[in-house]
Amino acid sequence: MMHLEQLPPWAAVIIALFVVVGASLTLLGGVGLVRLKSFYQRLHAPTLGYSYGTLLIILASMLMFSLAEGRVVVHELMIGIFIMVTTPITLLMLGRAALRRDRDRKLGHDEVVPPRIRSTEPPAETETESETGDPQP
Amino acid sequence: MSRFVPHPVLSAVLVLMWLFLTAFTPGHLLLGTLIALGAGWSVEHLHPPKPVFRRWLAIPKLMAVVALDILRSNIAVARVLILGPDHPKYHSGFVELTLRLRDPNALAVLAIILTGTPGTAWIEFDQEEGRLLLHVLDLRSDDDWQSLIRDRYEALLMEIFE
Repeated sequence: MMHLEQLPPWAAVIIALFVVVGASLTLLGGVGLVRLKSFYQRLHAPTLGYSYGTLLIILASMLMFSLAEGRVVVHELMIGIFIMVTTPITLLMLGRAALRRDRDRKLGHDEVVPPRIRSTEPPAETETESETGDPQP
Repeated sequence: MSRFVPHPVLSAVLVLMWLFLTAFTPGHLLLGTLIALGAGWSVEHLHPPKPVFRRWLAIPKLMAVVALDILRSNIAVARVLILGPDHPKYHSGFVELTLRLRDPNALAVLAIILTGTPGTAWIEFDQEEGRLLLHVLDLRSDDDWQSLIRDRYEALLMEIFE
């Protein structure tokens, strides 16, 4: 159903470049997940795929299907928006969970983390999740 | 108007998105409008802090700055990953900063920016004292990060939101 040979050469080159670079960035992020040492370093690796990896592949896809179907195709923007909105939440939750785990000496992780910002219990709201299990000072 | 269409901008954007994703027919216009009104109505019940944009002109500037910074840090992190985690040229660590931003919407945008930038991860934020804990993959000096975030993002975000 797709006629790839109808694409103009300049578009084909740009699309190929975007897809290859985007996919390489995403792959590199995945390799980084394995290669990096600590949990916090690993938090950085997937953002490669999340930022420009996604962006380049989305741009390439939009360009290709817009040219191939002769109308503006923007469905991919939805993918971009949803990834942009959801991924930071996941990474934030993971980071905070890891911080809470590493501050608890009983669990015996040897990761060095900075101490809690305040010694007093914060009032409910945002901090409740990370503080509930702690003994009151 | 405000009773039945509590978030006109959000609803209008949703209708547009619906028409983009499907095709422009009266049926889809009606369905999209109903969905958009329902979405606006349910957002109203979540009581989000209403964002107030003071200067629209700063938004494209912020987006350009962020896109450029993310591109640069993509390259930097890719190099770190290729060199391998044991390379002596860089080391990762935590950085503590103080922020002047207080507006929750602006903070949310800043969190998305910092998390979306490879090489910085937003770990913990103390809302009352405005202290932020970041984890940085390729660490330079402490002041460097403080001034980087203050000058590049915080100033623009304060211009937009506060």
